[in-house]
Amino acid sequence: MEIPYTVEARPDTGLYNAKVGIWLFLASEVMLFGGLFSAFVLLRVGAEPGTWPHGWQNVTLGTINTVVLALSAITTLMAWVACKVREFGKFKFFHACTLLLALTFLCVKMVEYHEHLNHYEIKLKDGQIADGDMVENNKDADHVVIKGRYVKSEMELYDLRAQKDIPESEITIPRAQIDDMQSYGPWHNNYLALYFTLTGLHALHILGGSIVIGYLWGPGRKLWKKDPERFTNRVEVSGLFWHFVDLVWIFLFPVLYLT
Amino acid sequence: MDANVEQFPPYRKADTHDHGHDDHGHEHFDPGFWAKYIFSTDHKVIGIQYGVTALSFLMFGLMLMMMMRWQIAHPSQPVPLIGWLLEKIFGQPAAGGIISPDLYNSFGAMHGTIMVFLGIVPLAFAAFGNYVVPLMIGAPDMAFPRVNMASYQAYFLGGLVMVVSFFIPGGAAQAGWTSYSPLATSIPTHGQLFWILGMILLITSSLLGAVNFIATIIQLRAPGMTWMRMPFFVWAQFVTAFLLLLAFPPLEAAAVMQLMDNVAHTSFFLPTGLAISGKIANVAGGGSPLLWQHLFWFLGHPEVYVLILPAMGIVCEIIACNTRKPIWGYKSLVYAVLAIGFLSMIVWAHHMYMTGMGTVISTFFQATTMIISIPSVIILTCLFISLWGGSIRINTPMLFALAFLPMFGIGGLTGLPLGFNVSDVHLHDTYYVIAHFHYVVAPGTIFGLFAGVYYWYPKMTGRKMNEFWGSVHFWCSLLFMNLVFMPMFSQGMAGMLRRMADGGANYSAEVNSRAGGDVIGGLSPFIMSLHTPILWGVVCLGLAQIPFVINFFWSIGHGEKVNDNPWQATTLEWQTPTPPPHGNFDHPPEIHRGPYEYSVPGHSSDYTPQNEPEVSTPANPKIPTTAH
Repeated sequence: MEIPYTVEARPDTGLYNAKVGIWLFLASEVMLFGGLFSAFVLLRVGAEPGTWPHGWQNVTLGTINTVVLALSAITTLMAWVACKVREFGKFKFFHACTLLLALTFLCVKMVEYHEHLNHYEIKLKDGQIADGDMVENNKDADHVVIKGRYVKSEMELYDLRAQKDIPESEITIPRAQIDDMQSYGPWHNNYLALYFTLTGLHALHILGGSIVIGYLWGPGRKLWKKDPERFTNRVEVSGLFWHFVDLVWIFLFPVLYLT
Repeated sequence: MDANVEQFPPYRKADTHDHGHDDHGHEHFDPGFWAKYIFSTDHKVIGIQYGVTALSFLMFGLMLMMMMRWQIAHPSQPVPLIGWLLEKIFGQPAAGGIISPDLYNSFGAMHGTIMVFLGIVPLAFAAFGNYVVPLMIGAPDMAFPRVNMASYQAYFLGGLVMVVSFFIPGGAAQAGWTSYSPLATSIPTHGQLFWILGMILLITSSLLGAVNFIATIIQLRAPGMTWMRMPFFVWAQFVTAFLLLLAFPPLEAAAVMQLMDNVAHTSFFLPTGLAISGKIANVAGGGSPLLWQHLFWFLGHPEVYVLILPAMGIVCEIIACNTRKPIWGYKSLVYAVLAIGFLSMIVWAHHMYMTGMGTVISTFFQATTMIISIPSVIILTCLFISLWGGSIRINTPMLFALAFLPMFGIGGLTGLPLGFNVSDVHLHDTYYVIAHFHYVVAPGTIFGLFAGVYYWYPKMTGRKMNEFWGSVHFWCSLLFMNLVFMPMFSQGMAGMLRRMADGGANYSAEVNSRAGGDVIGGLSPFIMSLHTPILWGVVCLGLAQIPFVINFFWSIGHGEKVNDNPWQATTLEWQTPTPPPHGNFDHPPEIHRGPYEYSVPGHSSDYTPQNEPEVSTPANPKIPTTAH
């Protein structure tokens, strides 16, 4: 006996097996990201007043990535439609676009990560804090150079929304004066920890989705000749996953960038 | 019928012919040893793989506990017989054959992890579910056979990571199976890292399994197998799969965050001002230990029902078959199990009354906890009433199934004082809790699982397990289970805390009186002396499993040969050849009736299989008899 409903829909549910499977998987994914978002809520609510960062993200890059993912959602849909109307050439075009857009997203994400990891908060022994992008951090040299500013207290660094046109200049700091130096990585505070964990997990999903779509676009396309209906189903199922990943970003963007 | 048999002939060894594989490799369904037993996509093989692996882990977990009970009863004395082996394996932490407190903590954490995540869930859900569910609903296999294989492999890898963690420097995780942060992050061993990675693999495995089960039950029911004709076992597995699907991911999220705390030095669960070994820790702070507990128990409590529901399903099948009458209140059972599924997602914080999360929240969770006892009682009541007026056959599966009822009853009822937040203040984290949940899981669930092994063994092998040794296994297990766990209620109510490497010796009245006048009271000599019968109980319990292990393997070749339906059962898995061939059924089954049509008046036999077409009966004379 063959396994039924691998390609055609079961009459009483109206779904083929893989479609049931992917929706269940997505339900589980909702709970995964739900767990992380609820961690965000709990830590955000529990933070000391005035210590939750605002305006730490590059909204321009975030907006670009939002548009990139929105476009990729359209191309994913179009790729499936192309399969439905049996135009394989269009499928190849649209999913090539999807892959390029996914790659763009990941590159922009890496630029953003680099911006954070290259940004340092340097506590000096005289109580001042220097904050800015690292320009020169040679281990052998007796000084570091950053492009940024001095502040009196850490509290001035949290809410950057109110601070327009922060003056930046190249500052040379002798290592002997440094009490503690830390980049804006996930270890810096809970906001950045959540930022890196949430967007990192999301980026892994983008990567996973790209691999699946890349497989269908590349070696997986052999199935098109044998069983176009089944191939179309695969495109649909991977598309559903892709739309879910896009949707997660639609939540991440306002929560992490716009508040 | 013959056409189908032709399509999937029995596995044949290629070397029965003289010439090489090339000539006829494509004609027979002969996947070879590796594809057949190791990388199989057949749900029956995967079910057996899961079953054997999980039973091994159960034995392993029991052995860990035997060593721990020695340490509790005889603190700082070398373990007899195997002390030298422990020292050889673990080195310094087991110097002189004595289990150090650190090693005790590792054993404790791993006992819980192994029993729950590597033993019972894979056995109850994955092994029985894989083998039995597709057969019961008349499906040729699971909906996604390759995903099924991946699920087993992820489970196996996860188990491997957990076992390997014993041998790394510093040893396995030591923070209990609950891995509460910041404790889990503060202990200087990589064991916790292995635990997290192992858990992520296990969660992946159960996610793949859960998706597969639900899709199979929704999509692959044979024609005529309507929802209300499904055996209760299938319903139980269906709800269990949903619990795994939805409750595990938040723990995965928590595990990712704890992983970040470990490797990226974040402080998700590390509060400001955290001091480790008397020094302020170098962490960013601002984290919340309570957050870990919420995420952990959001899985942890549904997990309890993941453990118990499949066992209830097994017991229900066996009771219906061995009372020779329909199960009492099938619909109540189905609605009760669905209610449990929903409610189990909103009771988790009753594990956290002592965290200071607030009385309002405690009251809410106390209320939901009391409410969830209602469907549980409905299920147990239905099973009890089913016995009424039955013509009960006593055999090994039935013995275990019958013992399940009072044992689970004790476990359930002793949970009520833990569910009320006032009485929980006294009982929290004592041996009372240990006794309570072990009554649910050990003589409860594990008895249900043993019942299932004895019940479905003839379907897997074509032979019955030996009845005499089966009943020896049963009576000894029943006796010693109670000898182990019953005294713990008294110890817990007397205030003995769990997770103490010396079994509470430091808090005994004897030590306190020696310490001078500033400490009054303590654990009485009688309460302390209960450790000895518990130790003997657990050793005998371990010995009582030997007849089972021997019986299990011996019966494969030497058990009593039986036909396809040795228990005269109605459900579909007994209406196939034994063992079922690749594809399960000789011809696609069609279902004509409910799952428990035993002793239907007017029928020639006292059971009517689900796939038997309607025939003319005195009550129903107009339907013509069809030859079959």
